[in-house]
Amino acid sequence: MNIAIQFAYLIASVLFIIGIKKMNKTKEARTGNQLSALGMLVAILATVVQVQSISLVEILICVVIGSAIGLYISVKVEMTQMPEMVALFNGFGGLASLAVASSDYWLKTQELGQHVGPIIGTSAALSIFIGGLTFTGSIIAFLKLNGKISGKPIMFKGQHLVNLLLLIGAVVAAVVALMNQADSIYIIALVAIALVLGILVVIPIGGADMPVVISLLNSYSGMAACTTGFVLNNNVLIVSGALVGASGIILTQIMCKAMNRSLMNVLLGGFGQTAS
Amino acid sequence: MSLESLIILLYVLVLASYLGFELISKVPPTLHTPLMSGSNAISGITIVGAILACNELGYGTVSKWLGMLALILATINVVGGYAVTDRMLKMFKKKK
Repeated sequence: MNIAIQFAYLIASVLFIIGIKKMNKTKEARTGNQLSALGMLVAILATVVQVQSISLVEILICVVIGSAIGLYISVKVEMTQMPEMVALFNGFGGLASLAVASSDYWLKTQELGQHVGPIIGTSAALSIFIGGLTFTGSIIAFLKLNGKISGKPIMFKGQHLVNLLLLIGAVVAAVVALMNQADSIYIIALVAIALVLGILVVIPIGGADMPVVISLLNSYSGMAACTTGFVLNNNVLIVSGALVGASGIILTQIMCKAMNRSLMNVLLGGFGQTAS
Repeated sequence: MSLESLIILLYVLVLASYLGFELISKVPPTLHTPLMSGSNAISGITIVGAILACNELGYGTVSKWLGMLALILATINVVGGYAVTDRMLKMFKKKK
């Protein structure tokens, strides 16, 4: 890859780091966010110059559609609805990572008939799994805060067992998919399991704990972006994804402490109502 | 991917993760939501991958459509995320 493009990615990564650092302080927070947005612009421009000119049209169309929707939501939303908006955007980010990883995997294994190696295969499976879980988990968090579904913890018997079995199922589906790459059914099964697990993991958690859950899911979407970086062999995705993944975990812990709850307690669910 | 490049990427991953842990130290509670929203916008960096996925092959392939879907979603995440964060932080300044 071109050295100028790599250099632009480096600049973008540095801007993200400075941006997050500045967002720790009230006075500098807005500048920090703008610096990080500038970093994103640099990364996007550096990527767009790499594409073939024929693809530019549809890329532009997708970007215009996405920008219009994003701007519309961000202008319309009430200040009190902020956490649920973050959840919604986060869900989109997770689904985007899933789509990028499966697009690359599908192209290589189904359309070009290639065999992907264990490194790219594992990264793609992880990206699909984390991205799918982040998507449905975030949508449930959004719906709970929104009041579209009850904020009360929804529990059923043997819930943790079902989750565990699904997790094992996901690992099995991923391993079998990588061993039989020409057969697409296993990778589709992995997508399905990740989506279902995302729902089941978040529904037992009470509405009062949702901000913590959203913060954790935000961290997950960073990890999904990071694993997508391994699929595409792209540094800027790995750096930014890891930054968000790690800082998201720390922020989640800080938020838990502020609410006097332990993270384990929140994740096991069912207590959220008493905390309100 | 060769093992050598995997090792370099893993170095990048480990160092960036450590940096992420260190960057968040004493955040005042009022900044929790903006910080979450701002870092969520950064995780929209997957837009880079989406653009590259859109670059593949012609129409009519699953991978192309997945790439275009990813690009729309990632753009919503990036643009909406930064715009919403900026709106929140703008409110902050007025209150002070």
